[in-house]
Amino acid sequence: MSKQRGCENCQAYRKEQLIRLGIEIDQYDYVIALAGNPNTGKSTVFNNLTGLRQHTGNWPGKTVTRAEGGYSYAGKQYKLVDLPGTYSLLSTSKEEEVARDFILFGQPDVTVIVADATRLERNLNLVLQILEITDKAVLCLNLMDEAERNHIKINDRALSKALGIPVVTAVARQKKGMDVLINTIENVATGKYVCKPHRIKSFSPKLDHAVALLVEKLSRKFKNIPNLNWVALRLLEGDQHIIEAVRTEELGQLSENLKSV
Amino acid sequence: MFNNQEIKSDDIISLTNTLRWELGIDFHDKIIESIYADASKIAKQSIQIEDAKNSTILDQKIDNIITSKWFGFPIMFLLLAIVFWITVAGANIPSSWLAAILLDTIHPFLKNIASQIGMPWWLDGVLIDGAYMAFAWVVSVMLPPMAIFFPLFTLLEDLGYLPRVAFNMDSLFRKAGAHGKQALTMSMGFGCNAAGVVATRVIDSPRERLIAIITNNFSLCNGRWPTQILIATIFIGGLVPSHWAGLVSAGAVVSIAVLGIVFSLLVSWGLSKSILRGQASTFSLELPPYRPPRILQTLYTSLIDRTILVLWRAIAFTIPAGIIIWLVANIYIGELSLAEYFIDWANPFAFYFGLNGVILLAYIIAIPANEIVIPTILMLTVINSGLTGIGEGAGVMFELDSVADTKRILTAGGWTLLTAINLMLFSLLHNPCSTTLYTIYKETKSIKWTAISALLPLTIGFIVCFFVTQLWLLFSS
Repeated sequence: MSKQRGCENCQAYRKEQLIRLGIEIDQYDYVIALAGNPNTGKSTVFNNLTGLRQHTGNWPGKTVTRAEGGYSYAGKQYKLVDLPGTYSLLSTSKEEEVARDFILFGQPDVTVIVADATRLERNLNLVLQILEITDKAVLCLNLMDEAERNHIKINDRALSKALGIPVVTAVARQKKGMDVLINTIENVATGKYVCKPHRIKSFSPKLDHAVALLVEKLSRKFKNIPNLNWVALRLLEGDQHIIEAVRTEELGQLSENLKSV
Repeated sequence: MFNNQEIKSDDIISLTNTLRWELGIDFHDKIIESIYADASKIAKQSIQIEDAKNSTILDQKIDNIITSKWFGFPIMFLLLAIVFWITVAGANIPSSWLAAILLDTIHPFLKNIASQIGMPWWLDGVLIDGAYMAFAWVVSVMLPPMAIFFPLFTLLEDLGYLPRVAFNMDSLFRKAGAHGKQALTMSMGFGCNAAGVVATRVIDSPRERLIAIITNNFSLCNGRWPTQILIATIFIGGLVPSHWAGLVSAGAVVSIAVLGIVFSLLVSWGLSKSILRGQASTFSLELPPYRPPRILQTLYTSLIDRTILVLWRAIAFTIPAGIIIWLVANIYIGELSLAEYFIDWANPFAFYFGLNGVILLAYIIAIPANEIVIPTILMLTVINSGLTGIGEGAGVMFELDSVADTKRILTAGGWTLLTAINLMLFSLLHNPCSTTLYTIYKETKSIKWTAISALLPLTIGFIVCFFVTQLWLLFSS
């Protein structure tokens, strides 16, 4: 595949520039979050890129807290944060809170969503939820070998168009697709690729109005939160964690804390 | 609009409440519905399934069998039995190689050097017969089974079998008021309790995690399998004709392991009804697809992550123990060594429990690592019963080449079938080794829970041995 198109030859050439930094990440230019459903291979992608050996295994829920590592590519330093696997960002388990807080308040430059190609529909639920709270994302369609074995064909271009973010196919266990992935991450991080993420269509003008009212108030209280629409929605839904964070004014603090970690 | 005044967070909350009231309660569901609808639409647009006959159906067929009501547990026990059989059988050969190098070659070599440079006898004893021998013992007995067991276990994990074990055991553990994932940490404990305790990190609820930590010790660990197998072979296999001996002694060992699982459930239940009261939390466990394991990578990571880590800790704790064994056997007060004093003092007490002073002293000395229980027992028995011409001298750990020799020593030391059964029970039900206790302390950061983890199984062990002994004496007299 890579022989046919010029730019991919170019990536193969540039792959030489990947330097795995392990945990030595004092300085970095970009922060990359790795999110996704449990057991889709996030930790394997993480290990491939950082050269670390996070324990991987075929059962959901190994990564309980987030793991961090780094790599350097084309002269830029990337800090990679491996988040616990979650099915959604809407309920209240510890894993989901860790993942959600980081994507929302840690303000990663790019969120890489690792998805299981054999269970695309269910994985897309999380993808769409993440796209509600961040603008810059890349979908890494992992386990393409299993999809192929199951005779599932995925039109990655159509998918990319529908989601408004780049889609990279991969077999992380065999290190396939990693070169394209790091290049795509770079494109999104530097703004060469501008994402137009899919957003859930509004179904109620009343809700839009309520959200707008809240966002206006929130934006004066909390200056540097990226996606206040989402915060407003969660407030309206009665998410205790977010309500508490607003009441105690920790919302702004949360964002600062996560950035400094 | 005057936007420049200070906004109070309470205002935002009260505005939220008003707006939420106006919106009604069903809009949350509507958001979720529209996410699901969009996901489904996008998926349909971009997926094309060419052939309905796919391997997820095969996965389901396999799952229907191995998580079924009737076959689930038998298959689980069979697989575990196979793993243990490969571990025990496969470890013998490398164990004897390592023993030949470390014990039979390097040990005399070191002794030789020590005598040539004129090292004082006590220093030579402490360093070479004590510390070095303890180290050599743990490496030759512990390394091979761990190097076989951990990769096999990791292969099962990689293949996707562990979540099925958890699935099978889930309802039992939940009925006991514990977390279903405790089935996973319990399985890890069969390799090493310290590793099992670390694995409890997968359990979110602190209450359920503590239950999993405290009961992990009921999983018979690698260090205790050799004790079980040796004693079962000598005393229980010896009861039946020789062609049945292997099967019967293996059966005895498996019964002890199953008894451990039963205790794990009972104690979990007891804890969740008393000091760790609470509801079992639910969790959704997704059965992942079966994946062909990556053999080489598994070997590598399980060796680095598990084997070397656990071995290193064991060595760090065993070397001081080796020194202590040598000292108690060689420090004399009057006619008797410290070891003999203790044994004579503890014997009357120990007989109530069908044990003897030697076993108790061995379990105190062997707190650092269960592996050294059998050699310590043999060494102490030789000193105590005054046998001559066996072993290598006072306080030197050794293991005899043949099972028959071992039996001769133990019978001379007054062992009976009852002693053997109680030793097997006590080996299952006693305090965790110091490596595990240290890990428990590091994980819980609490002396109280570490103490409970140590004393609870020990107390249970004494109670069980006491009743077994009293009943035995009642029926045999």
